[in-house]
Amino acid sequence: MDKINLNNSFKAVVIGGSAGSFQGIVKILAQLPKGFPLPIIMALHRLKHVRHGFVEALSLKSVVPVTEPNDKEQIKKGGVYLAPANYHMSVELGNNFALSTEEMVNNSRPAIDITLSTCAYVYKDKLIGILLSGANRDGALGMKHIKDRGGITIVQDPAECMIETMPKAALAMTKIDQVMRVDQIVEFFKDLDKQYR
Amino acid sequence: MQDIDIADLKRIAELIYQKHRYDFRNYAMSSFKRRVLRIIELKKLTVDALLKKLTETPSFINEFLDELTVNVTEMFRDPGFWRIMREEIIPAILLNHKQFKIWHAGCSSGEEVLSMAIMLKEMGIWQDVQLFATDLDTNILERAKTATYSIKNMELNEKNYIRFQGTSSLKNYYKEENGNAVFHKDLLANVTFRKHDLVLGDVFNKFDLILCRNVMIYFNQTLQNEVLKKFHEGLFKYGYLAIGSKESLIWCDYANRFIVVNNEEKVYKKIKD
Repeated sequence: MDKINLNNSFKAVVIGGSAGSFQGIVKILAQLPKGFPLPIIMALHRLKHVRHGFVEALSLKSVVPVTEPNDKEQIKKGGVYLAPANYHMSVELGNNFALSTEEMVNNSRPAIDITLSTCAYVYKDKLIGILLSGANRDGALGMKHIKDRGGITIVQDPAECMIETMPKAALAMTKIDQVMRVDQIVEFFKDLDKQYR
Repeated sequence: MQDIDIADLKRIAELIYQKHRYDFRNYAMSSFKRRVLRIIELKKLTVDALLKKLTETPSFINEFLDELTVNVTEMFRDPGFWRIMREEIIPAILLNHKQFKIWHAGCSSGEEVLSMAIMLKEMGIWQDVQLFATDLDTNILERAKTATYSIKNMELNEKNYIRFQGTSSLKNYYKEENGNAVFHKDLLANVTFRKHDLVLGDVFNKFDLILCRNVMIYFNQTLQNEVLKKFHEGLFKYGYLAIGSKESLIWCDYANRFIVVNNEEKVYKKIKD
């Protein structure tokens, strides 16, 4: 594992998660430093036909309220965004979101690969990608795209994951910079935040 | 998987515009890129081979359009939307017009217009409403006209219908044939399917209600702005426009000519000419 050289040039953090990732996400968002300077863009597998409840549950303990962006909504520093139910969520070059109802990818809509890959394309080496617990292989290709474009890749420690398939698939597909437990990811966000103070 | 850069995507869009008069130049780049990559993989082409084929094989454009356009949809998608249609919007239109017209812009394989026909039938006003369903893609229009869907999709459609609280069962509207649900043809008796290009085409009628849900998400903001002007023109004053649940019009020039009737289900009403 390479040590990550932190600096204040990052533009965004993108997080993917599926089965077993909810508790981890809640912990990360609850301990996010106040005024965290980067947007946090999340693609989490969720029930396709339940539009309500998830974003509210995530917001409950989060330092920053989580929102499900509208199509073409501008991405703001410090915003915490969740891909809405039954839509894929991409990031466009104008630093705004674009939603789509295309075919499912990896049996998923939202698909983590789509969000991660479009973030990689737009933010290049100014991106931090984090992949958490999950039961399928969605997100592995997206993590590879992040790595290929010079971004930083972190997966949740498979030993800690409720279901290790997703981080393991990413570890098999590309070079992952760091394997971290959720409490280490929380500390990582604090260290990252200090770079911007 | 191959990658494709923006310059190539722009060349493809430009070529299609010059040669075939379809305008994808203002499509949202992220999805346009995925669609083109999908075609390149499906047809086992390179970018150059794709450009060549688009130039030299005139009939290829139809195949290209069929793959490029997104044709993933459901019957009664967002059941809450359909309940609002039945309980608020349609009754409000009926206060002014006993007979009226609805436009399904970008109707794809027809699930939405068929849902509307079923809902209107259950409301008992089916004879009084003329439905227009348009799409860019002629192949998908032909499919829509058959009102035939894979039985695999019916579980989801039926679930949506139950959550919509329809007065019957979806099963009463179709018969099973060779793994397909074939809907009764009379449901489409008042539906006119026609090819229409939202980007380059003109408004062809006046409507009391336009549905264009999850279509403009494939456009960039410049194009969304232009298309909203067309919908404004195509609506009677106090007519309604419905867009997808995660779409927004607030940044469009004509936004102030509409009011929000239902923010959750994104139904707008034209209040100014």
